[in-house]
Amino acid sequence: MAATFFGEVVKAPCRAGTEDEEEEEEAGRRETPEDREVRRQLARKREVRLLRRQTKTSLEVSLLEKYPCSKFIIAIGNNAVAFLSSFVMNSGVWEEVGCAKLWNEWCRTVDTAHLSPSEAFCVFYHLKSNPLVFGSCPRRNMQITILTCRHVTDYKTSESTGSLPSPFLKALKTQNCKDTACCSLLEQPNIVHGLPAAVLSYCQVWKIPAILYLCYTDVMKLDLITVEAFKPILSSRSLKGLAKNIPQGTEVLKKLMTTNEIQSNIYT
Amino acid sequence: MFVPCGDWVPDLTGFTLLMPAVSVGNVGQLAIDLIISTLNMRKIGYFYTDCLVPMVGNNPYATAEDNSTELSTNAEVYSLPARKLVALQLRSIFIKYKSKSFCEKLLSWVQSSGCAKVIVLSSSHSYQRNDLQLRSTPFRYLLTPSVHKRIQNKIESLNWQEMEKSPCIPQMDDSEFCVRVPGGGITKTLYDESCSKEIQMAILLKFVSEGDNIPDALGLVEYLNEWLQIIKPCLQSDDPTTPALPWKIPSSWRLLFGSGLPPALF
Repeated sequence: MAATFFGEVVKAPCRAGTEDEEEEEEAGRRETPEDREVRRQLARKREVRLLRRQTKTSLEVSLLEKYPCSKFIIAIGNNAVAFLSSFVMNSGVWEEVGCAKLWNEWCRTVDTAHLSPSEAFCVFYHLKSNPLVFGSCPRRNMQITILTCRHVTDYKTSESTGSLPSPFLKALKTQNCKDTACCSLLEQPNIVHGLPAAVLSYCQVWKIPAILYLCYTDVMKLDLITVEAFKPILSSRSLKGLAKNIPQGTEVLKKLMTTNEIQSNIYT
Repeated sequence: MFVPCGDWVPDLTGFTLLMPAVSVGNVGQLAIDLIISTLNMRKIGYFYTDCLVPMVGNNPYATAEDNSTELSTNAEVYSLPARKLVALQLRSIFIKYKSKSFCEKLLSWVQSSGCAKVIVLSSSHSYQRNDLQLRSTPFRYLLTPSVHKRIQNKIESLNWQEMEKSPCIPQMDDSEFCVRVPGGGITKTLYDESCSKEIQMAILLKFVSEGDNIPDALGLVEYLNEWLQIIKPCLQSDDPTTPALPWKIPSSWRLLFGSGLPPALF
């Protein structure tokens, strides 16, 4: 509880996230077999499903078994995806091999069974033309690169965040990743959470070389300057040789920006 | 599940496991940070689980450039074999409805690894204290029935205050009394599970409010130190501002309240 200057007593939020614990305990005590069944079905609905390209059929084997590779690149967020689409996937022939669909109570769609391919949250592509990128290497030799963005106000520094030259890149890598990052590493006490953290944690625990490139920006929607901030990565070992034509990539990016621009004017 | 850093699973038979409950003010976690940092404990593995929100960052206990680039995850295990101590640090909150599952997995690992006892560092909402608690020390302890008599006697000799039972349903006048730890996160679940599994567990907690909880964490580690004698007091110096015990603040405890302020504000 906390008292405010206005004389009210309010329930202060707890940093440790313990507000729900009593609710959960109560729910646990009153739970019937029907409740447990509902919860089990909900958990099943929330499972992430991997599907083959353009169809609704599930992949019979794991994606990496069907398409073993030595480089696995993940882009999370619109700016990171725009960067990969314009500069990397624009070179060579990339084939869509699968997609991942998921559902939870926050999705506006009804459920995974009826999601159309365009509503897939995650699409997997593999480079047909370059056998060096994909070979029958065991998983240990695979290198993972993750690209994502965060708002610059998430970055902790002793200066004010307003004075930082955003956008800027920071990197985090697992113990087994021997590559040098093409930017400085993320200093303490900064942390990363969410999907990039989940992937990096998995790689750290199971000793897979992985590197995360994090772009701190003050524009979270699709933005040319933010996407271009990822450019130094094109010369890193992770993406070397995958971007053949950078000027062309820039053109593709500019086109992507114009198609995505919403002409917003409340009078039109 | 426990995943070792190296190629073999370290032998933890007879070790004491120190761990935090993610609780009000994060006091338990801050206390474990202090212990790992002060004793320079070495990372021996990860507790890989889907019950905690994922998070990564560089080594929070870095002391120099060359050790500042080791990646840390949300649940890691550190050890000090010389003192037969092993510490589990939890760095993020539980995903809804997964805390009980985590407790079961954790205690199952405790039993299989052969740890002799578990000490949980926790905290409880200070506003939930009754009149007697308001007037006494803010530290409390709880022991499961299977705790060795030798430890029970030691605790008694320290004149510590046991956590009082309170009404199970506070709003009801004739409610039964039971052990409650409001704001304690998984503390109560760990206690109940350990009682039923006959695991030797001691819970040390402090009544706190949210805010700058560093002094609370220092208080809690000193409370623990009265029993375990983790570190000895250093020689008294003439400077009254020198802390009594040389607890080493981790390098990651910077900027706890955000980045610097824009000078234009003033």
